Amino acid sequence: MTGASGQVAIAGVGATPYYRRGESYPQTITELAGQAILAACEDAGISVTQIDGFAYYSGAGAGYGQSMDTAEFMETLGIPEVTFSASLTSGGGGSAGSIGLARAAILAGDATYVVTVMALQQARQRLGTVFAAVPPSPLNSFLQPSGLSGPGHLMSVLARRHMHLYGTRREAFAEIAISQRKNAANRPKALKRTPITLDDYFSARMIAEPLCLLDFCLETDGAVAVITTSLERARDLKQRPVPVVAAAHGGTREWGRAFAWMGMPDEMFASSGHAPVAKKLYERAGVGPADIDVALLYDHFSAMVLMQLEDYGFCAKGEGGPFVESGAIRYEGGSIPLNTHGGQLSEAYIIGMTHVKEGVEQMRGTAINQVKDAELALVTGGPAALPVSGLILGRDS
Amino acid sequence: MSEKLAVALPGDQVHITTSPATEPFWLAARESRLVAPRCGNCGHFRLPPTPFCPQCQSTEVDWVQLSGRATVYSFAVVHGFPGLPDITLVPVVVDLPDAPGARLVSNVIDVDPAEVYIGMPLEVTFSPIADDWQLPLFRAG
Repeated sequence: MTGASGQVAIAGVGATPYYRRGESYPQTITELAGQAILAACEDAGISVTQIDGFAYYSGAGAGYGQSMDTAEFMETLGIPEVTFSASLTSGGGGSAGSIGLARAAILAGDATYVVTVMALQQARQRLGTVFAAVPPSPLNSFLQPSGLSGPGHLMSVLARRHMHLYGTRREAFAEIAISQRKNAANRPKALKRTPITLDDYFSARMIAEPLCLLDFCLETDGAVAVITTSLERARDLKQRPVPVVAAAHGGTREWGRAFAWMGMPDEMFASSGHAPVAKKLYERAGVGPADIDVALLYDHFSAMVLMQLEDYGFCAKGEGGPFVESGAIRYEGGSIPLNTHGGQLSEAYIIGMTHVKEGVEQMRGTAINQVKDAELALVTGGPAALPVSGLILGRDS
Repeated sequence: MSEKLAVALPGDQVHITTSPATEPFWLAARESRLVAPRCGNCGHFRLPPTPFCPQCQSTEVDWVQLSGRATVYSFAVVHGFPGLPDITLVPVVVDLPDAPGARLVSNVIDVDPAEVYIGMPLEVTFSPIADDWQLPLFRAG
């Protein structure tokens, strides 16, 4: 690890308990986020008053329809001064990339301890039908009347195209749900721990064919925060530092607004939109998919995990189905252990941040489902409207 | 899987808004005409309508009346909608043969969802929605 790519590290992670949708009420969004920030500071061994930067994603939105605000955090947590406060645009696609935003602030000398936080509470509006609840706009008037009422409904259309082009089977989507549930079984904080079988999968309620209930992530409440600082400073703190090897966010216009647009060229349509970001990420890190030891891929819907496995080069384009059906993503015996924390399908959905947290624990060597001798972890954000993002975390020597 | 015919959302529950860039599409739909914006400079079609042509950045637009024929590019079979738990919808992404490169998101109606397939030919129809607008929908063609 040489040059700028090794100069920044994650020094602390913190989280609230995870709750079923709406059950974190009457805590407020600020309280949930504040708890996670304090926990991350405690983990790092710093005082919250040392935080001087905020690097958000999702436009500093908290889930959908609520928001977070730096000044409000300063007021209630007693943070004396900030010298950086910014966000990646759009939605959950920026989760992994927000650590790159924190890195930019630190490398520019704009801030010293930068926090990235996401909090989510679904007391007012559930995510599953969020697109039916937003008021019409001139652009979504070309989408909303169809009854594609949530993100999973939209992505089911992409999943069907993938099945059509490449012969991908529902058994492959099932394997993603089943293997991630297995990974969640021994995790005290996971909201779904009961193992599922292929029979369970095929008898689950169809929501938006070809996707069923078990292809959809959980609707949960909670917050996760991450503290990023220079590698040098991190080495003087409480935890083993987790170097940021590379981060990338963005994408091409052929993906663009993606499933809110539906105009993607054919090969891009049946994809995760991540291929251009994957290329940049690997180039910046100087590694390839064969070097990755654990993959923490954004799993709002099982089919989109399969397409990310292709776009990050773990298998060829179109071969994601047979690849996962071969057992390749299993924690035990797989060639690329996937979502060892159970992911958003089984542990909790905090819009990508649980993947960053698991990446940090894997690289510290303290994960519950530790991948032995893992040296590189891949973390992703999205598929979503651009930007989508990726992050490679390393192990400090 | 089901013999229930797919429908569209009840028209009185469907609301749209327009911008100067999109309004000609909806004004034509109100007259039961399907139109698409073609760049006045380079001939590139785009949907939804947006201010600039992404190929040449021109703001010149010709609104071209289409035949109403379409083919299924991909689709979902959606079971339930907020407030309408028993509804069956077939949201569809269609290719428009006389507006190459532009796609429309709509619904296939009056069809057994099990009979919809990628490549299926469709024909446009128009259905009233809120505020005296009309929505283009598709039937087997």
